[in-house]
Parts: sequence; structure tokens; C-alpha cells
Amino acid sequence: MPARLAVAVVALALATVPVGCGGGPGERAGAGSGPVGGELRVAAAASLTEPFTALGRRFERAHPDVHLRFDFGPSSGLAQSLEEGAPADVFASADERIMDRVVDSGLVDRDEPVIFARNRLAIAVPVGNPGSVRGLDDLARPELLVGLCAADVPCGRLARALLRRAGVTPAVDTEELDAKALLSRITAGELDAGIVYHSDVVAAGDRVTAVAVPRGAPVATYPVAVLAGSAHPAAAAAFVTFVSSSTARPVLRRAGFLLP
Amino acid sequence: MAVALVALALVALPLVGLLQRAPWTALPGLLGRPVVVDALRLSLGTSLAATGLSVVLGVPLAWVLARAELPGRRLVRAVVVLPMVLPPVVGGAALLFALGRRGLVGQWLDQHFGILLPFSPAGVVVAQTFVAMPFLVVSVEAGFRAVDARFEHAAATLGASPWTVFRRVTLPGIAPSLAAGAVLCWARALGEFGATITFAGNLGGRTRTLPLATYQALQSDRGAALALSLVLVGVSLAVLLALRDRWFGAAG
Repeated sequence: MPARLAVAVVALALATVPVGCGGGPGERAGAGSGPVGGELRVAAAASLTEPFTALGRRFERAHPDVHLRFDFGPSSGLAQSLEEGAPADVFASADERIMDRVVDSGLVDRDEPVIFARNRLAIAVPVGNPGSVRGLDDLARPELLVGLCAADVPCGRLARALLRRAGVTPAVDTEELDAKALLSRITAGELDAGIVYHSDVVAAGDRVTAVAVPRGAPVATYPVAVLAGSAHPAAAAAFVTFVSSSTARPVLRRAGFLLP
Repeated sequence: MAVALVALALVALPLVGLLQRAPWTALPGLLGRPVVVDALRLSLGTSLAATGLSVVLGVPLAWVLARAELPGRRLVRAVVVLPMVLPPVVGGAALLFALGRRGLVGQWLDQHFGILLPFSPAGVVVAQTFVAMPFLVVSVEAGFRAVDARFEHAAATLGASPWTVFRRVTLPGIAPSLAAGAVLCWARALGEFGATITFAGNLGGRTRTLPLATYQALQSDRGAALALSLVLVGVSLAVLLALRDRWFGAAG
């Protein structure tokens, strides 16, 4: 009897899972070329957290039957999850190479990705600049606590390219998994300096101070695309169009992004 | 019976998945990569140091919990055991607020002694000790309770010094619990992820231990991630073998 009860509980749990995750009637309606609707899953680079959250609210107002669910994280990690079969309708990466990787895996059609934003780098320091950081050269000072993004995520790759061009060998104390994680260590004063995106500094407002990097420094490029396996291709395409639209551009610009 | 099989599959299947994806032929080469070697060396050093620290600090604590007449002993025990149930990331954050550069004690350590635990191997040891020491304390406390205090009293009345009593009577009594506790503590320290990455950061050769290296390699270098995982699985199996009599002896 207890075994039967357990089986019943498991069966009940399994039966409720699809209901809990699905988006109701809109789910089926969104598949194919029918009306835009359902729950739209957007996997996006961590640096897009603020503008995409703001844009998402506007998009949902314009499409009341669509509910957006964002998954923000390091682009490389998101790409890995997508390759492992994580469900998503739209992918926005902070790196063209990572989008290319997803295209090569067959998850996105080759002519699909659109570049909708660019992002500069900035040196972020805690308020008051306790380490007296003036430029890239200071990142080589061993007495400072310096953080970079890990070498395999876009902000880490770009930061290293920037430092190499400047001929600076940084005295790195920690490598964070994305720019947001790095920035939170800097705002908390645990680190003296780190290289993050300009947009991250804008998002952090007065909780962080920025030190400019030299002109002509490498810039991150953001492609966005509908995933080939999307359950809601119409809604996904609408969102991709929306982030490049004239409505979205001021939001991205205010968030500190450059526009193509 | 069927439910038991589901349960078994749930536990065993991921391991099978790991083993069938393992690049057995490329393994020697993968294990020789700097990422793997650095993480292995760092992990061995820090986890053994954390175990040593846990023994030095944890045995007296276990003795206090088992023997001393202490007001609020239950509360003390609850605090000691808390890291066993606390999510390690929360533990790491707590360590940061206590021992970080702007933390309660950390800013004082930094200003007066120039000691900075985060982003250093010492920070890794502290994070691992925080999470793993309770396993040793719980085990050794049970050991102290099992030793009959009358033998200790007898030895003392026969003229043995407290140190001799401890060395000749108490220590042999708690030795099995101490050994088991130390092995569990070491295994837990070796597998520590959340508190380490939160408190000590993540830098190759300095604070990037085996679990951190595995997690990071999963994002870019699957072969290395699998090799690192296999190392950790091997260690876990070795711990099981070492403790098999203690855990499985009674059940056959």
C-alpha cells in the first residue's frame, strides 16, 4: 500500500509538471505561423540584464498574450546549456564567436543572427577609488586586488585583448564567471579594480566609479537570433525585431550601449 | 520494489552517464594538462590543510561538547552543526561579511596585520574548514561520549598527568571516530565549491580548486571537465572504501 501511494505521488508529480511549465492555451497557438503568444524564453548575456528587463516590459505591454522569461548569464555558459538542450526561443550573445558556435551546432539558422548593440569596456573601481587607479597600467600593481572575467567568457576575452594591446600584464587576483559577478565584488570593495562593460558601470550608477580605457579599445558585439527549435517562432521573431527597433534603441543607448 | 529501482536509477544513472562520456584513451593526456595539474595540486594542499586545521581545532571543540558542563551547550552544538545544513554559497557570503576586506573582523586584520584572506589559498582553507569541520566535530564528539570517563579518572588517580591520560586512554578510545571524521572532513573539503568561489574567488593555481576548475571547464573544455570529474569520482570511491567497515560492516 505505501508503495502504491508513492507511485501515485510520483505519477501525480509527473502529470503536473507540463502544466506548471507550459504557458496554457497560447502555447499551442504560438507554434507555427499563428498568432504571437505564450511564454517566450530569452537566453541573454548577463550584461543585457538592465536593458532587456526594461525592453521586456514594453514588449509585454505591446503583446499582452506573450510572457517573457529571461535567463541571464555568461554567453559561453548559455551557449553550452543550449547545446545541451536547454529550452529557449531567443539567444542574445555578447560575442559573435559564441553565436557562430551556436550556428555551427545547428541551433540557429546561419542568416538569422542580427547585430543590435555594441559595448565598450571600462575599468571599474569602488567609490572613492581606494587603489588610486588611473589607467590600465595600474592593473599590473601587485599590491592591488584586481579581478577580470574568466578568459573563456566574452568580457574576459576582450579585457585580455585590451591589456595585451596596451602591453600590460595584469596582477590578477580572481577571475569571475561574468561581468556582473565581477562588478558586484568591486562595488562591495572586495576588489580595487576590474575590467567590465561600460554598460555595467552605467547600470551600477553611483555605487561604482569608472576609469576610462584608451580610445580604439576592442568593443563587444551583440548578435541576437531566434533559435531553430523555438516553440513560438512568431513571438520570438517579433522580439528579435523589437530589440533592433527605434523603440528599443534609446533604451539601449541610455543603458550605455553603442548602436550599430 | 519498483520505487526502489527508480531511486537506485536516479542515483546511479548520472554516474553511468559520466563514465560513458569519459574519454578513457585521452585521459592520461588530459590529466597532464596544466588546468588539471594546478587544480589537483591546489586541492590536495588546501583540503589536507583544512583537515589538519579541523583536527587541531575540532577535537577540543568536540571534547567541550561531549564533556564540559557548559550553559547553552545545545545552542553551541547547533551553531557548530549549522554549516552542515547551510547552503555553502551562504556560508561563503557569511565568511565574506566576517573576514572579507570590508568585513567585521577582516578589515581589522587587513589594517593592523595586512592579512587578507579572500583571493588567497589561505582563504580557500578557511572556506573548506568552515564547511568541513562540523563533520569531524560530530564524529569525534560521539567518540568522546563512547569512551568511559571512569577509565580516565582511574588513570588520573594512579598518577597520570592530564596529557598522559589523553594520550594513553582517551585518544585510543576516540581513534576510530577521529579517523572516520577526518576522512569525511577531508572529502567534504575536497569537494567544496560554493563557499570557496564566493569567499576565496577563482584563480588558476591560487584558488581554483578541483570543483571550481570542473565547473569552469564545463563551459569551454569538456574533455578537461570530464577528466577533473573522474578524479573527484575516484577520490569519493576511495573514501567509501576506506570507510566501508564503519558504514557497511554492521549491515553486512
